[in-house]
Amino acid sequence: MNWEWVTGHLPLIGQLLGEHVFLSVLPVVIGLAVSLPLGIVCSRYPALYGPVLLLTSVLYAVPSLALFVFLLGVTGLHTTTVVIPLALYTLSVLVRNVVDGMRSVPDAVRDAAVGMGFGPLRRLVQVELPIAVPLIMAGTRVATVSNISMVSIGALLGFGGLGQLFTTYGIQLNFFLTAILTGVVLTVALAVAADTIIVGIQRLLTPWAPRGAGR
Amino acid sequence: MWPAMITFEHVTKRYPDGTVAVEDLDLVCPTGQITVFVGPSGCGKTTSLRMINRLLEPTEGRILVDGNDVRERDASVLRRDMGYVIQQAGLFPHRTVLDNVATVPMLLGVSRKEARRSAAEQLERVGLVPELGKRYPYQLSGGQQQRVGVARALAADPPIMLMDEPFSAVDPVVRGDLQREFLRLQDDIGKTIVFVTHDVDEAVKLGDQIAVFATGGHLVQVDTPERLLAAPANEFVADFLGGDRGIRRLTFLASDRVGLDESDVVDSTVAPGLLEALGDAGRDWALLVGADRHAVGWVPTSGVPAAAAARPVERTFNPAADSLRVALDSALLSPAGRAVAVDDDGRVLGTAAHADILRAVTDEVARSQRVEAAS
Repeated sequence: MNWEWVTGHLPLIGQLLGEHVFLSVLPVVIGLAVSLPLGIVCSRYPALYGPVLLLTSVLYAVPSLALFVFLLGVTGLHTTTVVIPLALYTLSVLVRNVVDGMRSVPDAVRDAAVGMGFGPLRRLVQVELPIAVPLIMAGTRVATVSNISMVSIGALLGFGGLGQLFTTYGIQLNFFLTAILTGVVLTVALAVAADTIIVGIQRLLTPWAPRGAGR
Repeated sequence: MWPAMITFEHVTKRYPDGTVAVEDLDLVCPTGQITVFVGPSGCGKTTSLRMINRLLEPTEGRILVDGNDVRERDASVLRRDMGYVIQQAGLFPHRTVLDNVATVPMLLGVSRKEARRSAAEQLERVGLVPELGKRYPYQLSGGQQQRVGVARALAADPPIMLMDEPFSAVDPVVRGDLQREFLRLQDDIGKTIVFVTHDVDEAVKLGDQIAVFATGGHLVQVDTPERLLAAPANEFVADFLGGDRGIRRLTFLASDRVGLDESDVVDSTVAPGLLEALGDAGRDWALLVGADRHAVGWVPTSGVPAAAAARPVERTFNPAADSLRVALDSALLSPAGRAVAVDDDGRVLGTAAHADILRAVTDEVARSQRVEAAS
């Protein structure tokens, strides 16, 4: 481990870390923005859910590298080329969780809400979505952590955040171990930090949920 | 808001697959009374209830509240005027107990502060301490959840309450408590209540009027509990009411005409000769009372009337308030085979043997039949 290299390259490492955060969080935000309405529509019209699930599953099955390469021809050498595939992966994870979350609303609760005079929109916003939060957040955790790990592949295009430490500063510099190790440690630390933050947000949003083991 | 009357006019609910859930239902649920819909599963009782607040729409016929067709009003607005309580309570898990109760007032546009203030009052009304208001539903017992469900339905003071098996999911002891408190509450609030249950005992206990439904959505009989037990319209109703229909009828017969005997009521100053005379008359027991005439217990006429040796009086009856069922129970629980009658303050009025009570039963039944024949 060459600590001198690490201390000498702190600005670079910081910049790559920032890029990594950006590249993994932006797709989650986009994925959430698309999967929320999509999941809600799918739970209202179950006939749609099958086809949507099929499409997102197929997307999820496409190897990420292939998708990067394919998009390279469309969007060019740009961060968009990394963000789009990751957003699609996030979407395919989150749609399921949004639908499961809507389905987790007990029938009695929905019946009581309608019976007390909640219209459809009010019921969605004030009753169903809040109750769906734990499952939506669970999906967000999975998507965020997997994004943090997958961003590195973008390094092959030159947009990989900490992944650059594996390619440009690692493999291409004769397998420079210090850079590779730094990248691995920081990626893992970032994933753990992101997970902790999301769990914290979830607890703030759901003071009403029983706190079981393993949470 | 005033209690309202609910009228079913030729209401039929038929599903697209041809199943008839309710067939040609004509029924009036009178103002300020509890109408119980009872029947086996699949008899259309819940369907009928859910058509009142338009959770379901009738295929034919109409439902009126105070003469106005429920379909004239927007469904959501209509529902806010009808308290709704269901079996699983259906509390919002993400809201505190207090905010659950405040739900309908807030839908009606009452400020959060005002809604919470009245919600706290409602909690008290259903027998919950105010501290529970800060909890979330998962922290409550089943019985407490049902109470919150009732409080939530009452919060906006609706003229009508629709209750779909509200006490069916709790254990029998809690159910008994909830039923008693519900009746006490209704004495105060006098809402027009439609109450669905599959439990005949619950129907008889709570209903001012009972509507018995049969499979296929037919209304078979509508009557007061007394008349239902006394004169079931057909075999189906008789079977549904169950085997001890006769005994349960005693609940509706007053005990104020039971002949009472004071001769076996003694206090500690009783002369030994009197006890002996009682024994000679075939009375093995005398009822020992204190100076305030409250019952101490049964003492054998063969011995000394000592409080220490007295057998406890397990149950008494108040002729001014209790039914013949209570009187008979009191007699059956007594070692002497005699019921102990007390006044409102618990002072002993006298005792009555099984035979005296049964004679009163015969008289009361004959009397109620005369009343029925005359009406």
